[in-house]
Amino acid sequence: MNRVAITGIGVISALGQNTRAMSTALKSGKSAIGPLTVIPTGELLVKIGAEVSDFDPLAHFDQKRLALLDRCAQFALVAAREAILASGLNFHGELGARSAAIVGSGVGGMSTLDDNFRRLYAEGAKRFHPITIPKMMISAAVSHITMENGIKGPAFNVASACASANHAIGIAYQMVRAGTVNVAVAGGTESVFTLGTLKAWEAMRILAFDTCRPFSRGRMGLVLGECAGMFVLENFEHANARGAEIFGEIAGFGMSSDAGDIVLPSLDGAASAMRACLADCGMAPEAFDHINAHGTGTTMNDVTESRAIRAVFGGHADRLSVSATKSLHGHALGAAGAIELAATLLAMRDGFTPPTANFIERDPDCDLDYVPNVTRNAQINMAMSNSFAFGGLNAVLAVHR
Amino acid sequence: MADVEAVVFEIVAQQAHVEPSALHRTTEISSLNLESLDIVEIIFEIEERFDISLLYNANEASSTGGGSFQTVGEVIDYVAKHVDQPGGRKP
Repeated sequence: MNRVAITGIGVISALGQNTRAMSTALKSGKSAIGPLTVIPTGELLVKIGAEVSDFDPLAHFDQKRLALLDRCAQFALVAAREAILASGLNFHGELGARSAAIVGSGVGGMSTLDDNFRRLYAEGAKRFHPITIPKMMISAAVSHITMENGIKGPAFNVASACASANHAIGIAYQMVRAGTVNVAVAGGTESVFTLGTLKAWEAMRILAFDTCRPFSRGRMGLVLGECAGMFVLENFEHANARGAEIFGEIAGFGMSSDAGDIVLPSLDGAASAMRACLADCGMAPEAFDHINAHGTGTTMNDVTESRAIRAVFGGHADRLSVSATKSLHGHALGAAGAIELAATLLAMRDGFTPPTANFIERDPDCDLDYVPNVTRNAQINMAMSNSFAFGGLNAVLAVHR
Repeated sequence: MADVEAVVFEIVAQQAHVEPSALHRTTEISSLNLESLDIVEIIFEIEERFDISLLYNANEASSTGGGSFQTVGEVIDYVAKHVDQPGGRKP
């Protein structure tokens, strides 16, 4: 079994359009949730989100290329470029065939779908642009990453709702570990700020009107975010031999399915994914000092997750810092696991523990240390990052320095 | 108000798979085996039927899964309060 190093990180989110900006914003502990501006909100009840504001696609892509790219694919490419540049790898050559690209996205090109359907149903359009299908397909982002970089090994998109990115990174980790490939570019991308998507989310009645307050008393639900996070996962020896900078190592990956409810979380399912991750690491619970929680800010998730962490970590649960960075960058759905792993690795590298923002008051049903509101100067050495999706699909990653 | 009561009974009964006549104002939501998504569906049906918009948030739900409502009567009162306002509550 090969060790798996992370030799590149790339991000674009409401917290910033590269890792340096994100780390600074994360450390400041200031939530990037605010009024939505990328779409008109007149018909919406929920008017807030964590959007990538001031994003100029033409700074990244020429007009001809841009016509092929939904916003979620644009984000994926921007993040992949930063990660690959940081890794110093070039896939055009032999390495391309020994490399994978695996991206998690829950829904894919929603802007393209929404724009075109509106033109058809509301504006009487007679025809669509010929690129509509290749632009909206959920796997477009990963295809563009392979095309731009010459990655010719296994490549596909993973869709498991809010666990998509963790599943994608986890499978990439397993492939590098097993020696199927030497390198994998993996992560997640999501951009759902369209009227149609937001109306559908509103209908679930779990979006907060004010902000996202995970684990806090007075929490009123989740706040959506858009982002991409990408990583270069590399065979440790391969990385070491070329003197690459190593941001951290993936220590393990665990998955489970609740086989329960289509929306309700399950303590057993969450705990079982964390236990599977621990077993995969071959580590005792005491080796961990931090968890980036799924921490959505819904009543149900936060209680269930807190109890699941306690069930898995026992007494050591009280010594873990449990941060819900969704309070800072919103819930990025299929990309959530990617932006949260990035948050964890950047905090680990830069020597701090990110807070759970917007925390008002302790909820007696959530009894862990959630690092309320204030960033800590505490070094994270080994962390878990949880993703528990609608439909009971759970994926948990573990990383260490 | 009587209309609201009859319609709410009908909608709740349908979601709970019971006869409307089995429901009373004092019927406990928790006795109807309704989960939080069922409550959300009930609110949706009510909005559709009365053409109102309710700022209901399932996170106000108690751990019993009954939303912030303990009884069917509380649902009726909640709707009655908003049904006379054209368009219902707006943010």
